[in-house]
Amino acid sequence: MAEAAESPGNAGTASPRPLFAGLSDISISQDIPVEGEITIPVRSQIREFDSSTLNESVQNTIMRDLKAVGKKFMHVLYPRKSNTLLRDWDLWGPLILCVTLALMLQRGSADSEKDGGPQFAEVFVIVWFGAVTITLNSKLLGGNISFFQSLCVLGYCILPLTVAMLICRLVLLAEPGPVNFMVRLFVVIVMFAWSIVASTAFLADSQPPNRKALAVYPVFLFYFVISWMILTFTPQ
Amino acid sequence: MAAAHELTFHEFEEASDLLVETPDAATLSRSDQLTPQGHVTVAVGSGGSYGAEEVVEEESDKAALLQEKQKQQPGFWTFGYYQSFFDVDTSQVLDRIKGTLLPRPGHNFVWHHLRNQPDLYGPFWICATLAFVLAITSNLTLALAQRRDPSIHYSPQFHKVTVAGITIYCYAWLVPLALWGFLRWRKGIQEHMGTYTFLETVCVYGYSLFVFIPMVMLWLIPVPWLQWLFGGLALALSATWLVFTLWPIVREDTRLVAAALLSAVVLLHALLALGCKLYFFQSLPPEYLVPPSQVPSLPPNVPLPPTLPRSMATS
Repeated sequence: MAEAAESPGNAGTASPRPLFAGLSDISISQDIPVEGEITIPVRSQIREFDSSTLNESVQNTIMRDLKAVGKKFMHVLYPRKSNTLLRDWDLWGPLILCVTLALMLQRGSADSEKDGGPQFAEVFVIVWFGAVTITLNSKLLGGNISFFQSLCVLGYCILPLTVAMLICRLVLLAEPGPVNFMVRLFVVIVMFAWSIVASTAFLADSQPPNRKALAVYPVFLFYFVISWMILTFTPQ
Repeated sequence: MAAAHELTFHEFEEASDLLVETPDAATLSRSDQLTPQGHVTVAVGSGGSYGAEEVVEEESDKAALLQEKQKQQPGFWTFGYYQSFFDVDTSQVLDRIKGTLLPRPGHNFVWHHLRNQPDLYGPFWICATLAFVLAITSNLTLALAQRRDPSIHYSPQFHKVTVAGITIYCYAWLVPLALWGFLRWRKGIQEHMGTYTFLETVCVYGYSLFVFIPMVMLWLIPVPWLQWLFGGLALALSATWLVFTLWPIVREDTRLVAAALLSAVVLLHALLALGCKLYFFQSLPPEYLVPPSQVPSLPPNVPLPPTLPRSMATS
């Protein structure tokens, strides 16, 4: 290589040598392995992975999905800036949470058919169409989050409010009174704040900075309406 | 670069004055006004070594490119078409909301605040907020009334959310549609009339409903004359603002039609406010305040609306 570097300097004096002429003098040591495979080794691993999920037992499949859902529940309960909810999104968790919440919120007896709390279908519609509307809103405002990732995050962040619903139902077994109401109000407010913090931790980064408030306000309204439904629940 | 900066700043100031004088200009899209100056600044700023002929060529090339870009406006079914209606920042939305709270006769909302960029974010979420706030405060009023008078039967009344939502959204979309259609028809008869686009009309109505949100929240206070006072104030503010916004368009028309249109607009607005007050915050008729011996005779699923000061006067 030193010969090749010096050759332009001597070009004026000596006859021009072809480029890379010195390369033929270099010998490759036998110690350096030059051979190898051209095919990407990862491909064969993926093929093995695919066939293994087809042949595994049903219990393995269910447990794997349950573990993924459980892991995401943990991420919601202790919100940190992580990408797990966004990267491996799934809609099982939101479905489980929405069905649980709607079942618990359904008014029991049939006497107050006009005046009672929300029916199962009404809760379902509010949760899912609310989440779809918020996702469309954030995409229209120019956010760079995908449709199902956003649905996943919004659905999983209902977890604190579902926990609040469970606690409220337990508290309502005690005798009614102002203390009862204060306890429920406190629990719902804390869980509402937790939901908002968890969802903004995941969603806020995907929006352009001058529109963050525009994207977060519908999330606030969504969880506020769900908290209201939980707070006004009265068993018949 | 100083010249380019002056050009853009100058255009910004004059545009609103021009729009005030010539309402027809409001219907031009903003990009039409910007393109001649937009690429002139690029051509001048990009290098001093361009000759005169090259500058002209550059201008025509860039004009051709920009026209192509305009022809490729996203179609009705693409996502990009709707994204253009949400192209607002937080500060712009807040500025538009502030513009509705202070009606000024010479300061037209559509020309000074919308500036040919109507958005759908404001109308949609203001209507959603108003619908939920109506349902929630009506429920809260019932809860507070039950606290004062335990004979009232409290229930969550979830159906009010549906009713509120349908009412508000129908008002905020069908009335602007009718108004826009009517203005278009009048423009066909009186050629010199200006008009607003459909989205601008929807924007005007959507933002005009913002005043009702604090009004509904203040209706929690169970004093009836205070409720009517707040309702009257908010309605007056909102209706005045609507009239000021529509006046520059409508004054070109005959006096009879202008007066009829404006009074119809104000009447519909008043009907909405009154309907909300009466349906969601009903005053309790005195026959419900009977002694407990007669209470079981009432059917169990009759909705008992919240009490107002009649019960407070008797208690």
